[in-house]
Parts: sequence; structure tokens; C-alpha cells
Amino acid sequence: MSEVIVITSGKGGVGKTTTTANIGTGLALMGKKVVLVDTDIGLRNLDVVLGLENRIVYDLVDVVEGFCRVKQALIKDKRYDGLFLLPAAQTREKTAVNPKQMIRLCNELREEFDYIIIDCPAGIEQGFKNAIAGADKAIVITTPEVSAVRDADRIIGLLESSELRNPKLVINRVRMDMVKRGDMMSIDDIIDILAIDLIGVVPDDEKIIVSTNRGEPAVTDNKSLAGQAYRNITRRVLGEQVPIMDLQSEEGFVFKLKKLFGIKSS
Amino acid sequence: MLDFMKFFNRPKNSKDVAKERLKLVLIHDRANVSPQFLEMVKSEIIKVINNYMDIDENELDIQLTRTKSEDGERIVPALVANIPIKSVKNSGK
Repeated sequence: MSEVIVITSGKGGVGKTTTTANIGTGLALMGKKVVLVDTDIGLRNLDVVLGLENRIVYDLVDVVEGFCRVKQALIKDKRYDGLFLLPAAQTREKTAVNPKQMIRLCNELREEFDYIIIDCPAGIEQGFKNAIAGADKAIVITTPEVSAVRDADRIIGLLESSELRNPKLVINRVRMDMVKRGDMMSIDDIIDILAIDLIGVVPDDEKIIVSTNRGEPAVTDNKSLAGQAYRNITRRVLGEQVPIMDLQSEEGFVFKLKKLFGIKSS
Repeated sequence: MLDFMKFFNRPKNSKDVAKERLKLVLIHDRANVSPQFLEMVKSEIIKVINNYMDIDENELDIQLTRTKSEDGERIVPALVANIPIKSVKNSGK
């Protein structure tokens, strides 16, 4: 019973690749056999986020074009048991692969793995169509910004019309201090607008940059708040009921004062 | 206490502005208003109005846009039609 999950967002730079790396690593840490497929042909990055960039021999396009077998292109992460990467080609274009080939590839990977996590490129063109073609489920990433939420809404519409119903939402880079101040849309605001189920909220965390610098996903860092958020998401992917992390626990003096006067601030 | 004073004359939170703008832009996006759609609306409107008046069909202009609500506090989507009337028919009298 394997599952193909596509991680998508529409807008670039909201954290698709980081989320793919963290959920994938998280699932591997929970004992699952996982392959991460980078479909961002021409702009591959999942390899560097995972710290596997020096080990690439063959890529997705080589597999699809029959230059090598899937097994030859898969890179095994030596740090985490059961974690594999199928990298994107860097010197080709999105059109080097088509949706039919992706469906075939996903079905082949199903035989080996419990979870196939697909990192989707930004945009809604061929790369997006390829990425979603073989997927059973979709996770949509957004940040609390107008542009990212708008694009997420568009993506949700496109997923629905491609029969990928009931996508789940990750809200990334939330800054509770700004939400409290009224300068950032809250989780409820965003759910209210997008009207899909939430699967996780990831706080804005410097440690994400540090972990990307090192090529070690934050989910493995017990001290990182974002890492904790990704561990929770991982468990929800596995079907566990985990409450959404309380990011409001550190209430400042002013906040308490406002509460005292009955002024709502979030 | 300075923070408390601010409540009396505070401009709208930027997140409320963001939410409002998003809701509007999404009405547009979700409606998926293609030029063909507007053409269809346009031709239907022409049909109806033609029963009562002569209009300049070439100058007719229809746009889905946004406008201030009646209380002037919110921005709401609006269908704006500019229909030049040549003459009113006397039917029905």
C-alpha cells in the first residue's frame, strides 16, 4: 500500500523543496521506505537541500528515456535508513518528460517504496502537470503572504480539476509576533480563504537556513521549532492525530495587557 | 501604556487589508472570467436592453471590476457596464 504525494505551491520560494526533504526524511526516521523525486528539471535543488549533490550519476530524464534503470539513478542517503533520492536533470527542460512517463515511473516506484514524495516545480505549466500526474495525494504549501495564498488558491483549483481532490495545506514561515501585531494573516485567516484542511503550520525559523547550509533536514534537529513542526506533519501524513503546535505560548506583557482589557489581538 | 493609547485611533491592521484584497482578487481568479464569458454576458444584456431601447452596440463596454461599497468602507466586486443609448423605444405604452 504505497502512496504517491506531490508537494506543490504555485509560487516559488515558499518552501516546497524544504518541505519535501523534511517530510521525506521524517518518514524515513519513522521506519518507512521513502523515495523523493525532484521534478524541477533544469533547476534541481532537492539534492543540495539533502546534502546528496556529490553523488548524482543518473537522473530522472535518464530513467524516463531508458538510459538507465530506476535503481541505477536512485541515490541512497547513508545517514537515514530507507531514504532515497531520484534527482532531476539539470541540463534539460521540463518538456523532456511527459505526464504519461511520470505515471509509469510512479507505478514502478510503488513496487519498492512505502512513500513516493514528489517535489513539484513552481508554476502551472508542464513541470507541474508532470509532477501531479502520478500522485494520489497533494500537499499545498503557502506562506502568510497575499501572493503565495493567491497562487495556492489557483493550484488548489487546478488540482481539483485534475481529480486530485482534498489537498492538504501547510502554512510555512509563520511569525507569531507579527500575527499578534496584526501584521500577518493568521492560520485561521488563511484557512478561511483557501477552505482546505490544514496538515501543518511551520514557524519561521533561522534553523532552516542553517540546516540547508549543512544539507541536513531540520526534522532531524530536536532543538528546532520548525523541525518539531515537520515531525508533526510527518505523523499526520502517517494518519496520526496530532494537535497543531501552539505557537502562541510565549505571550508578551503587552499581549496579556490587551487581553486584560478585552481587546482581541489575534 | 503607549500601546494602549494607540487603540483609540488605530488604522486598520495590515493583515486585514491583505485579507480583504485577497478575497477580492480571488473572486476574480475563481470566477475565471474569460473574454468569451464577458462576450456572452454582453450579448445577453444587449438582447434584453434592445427590447426597450436602441443602443450603440459597438460602443458598449462591460468590465468586471471592483468598487467602494455604499458605506465606503469596503471594496467590493462590481460589473460595470457602459451602454450608450441612442433612443428609447415607446413600446408598452
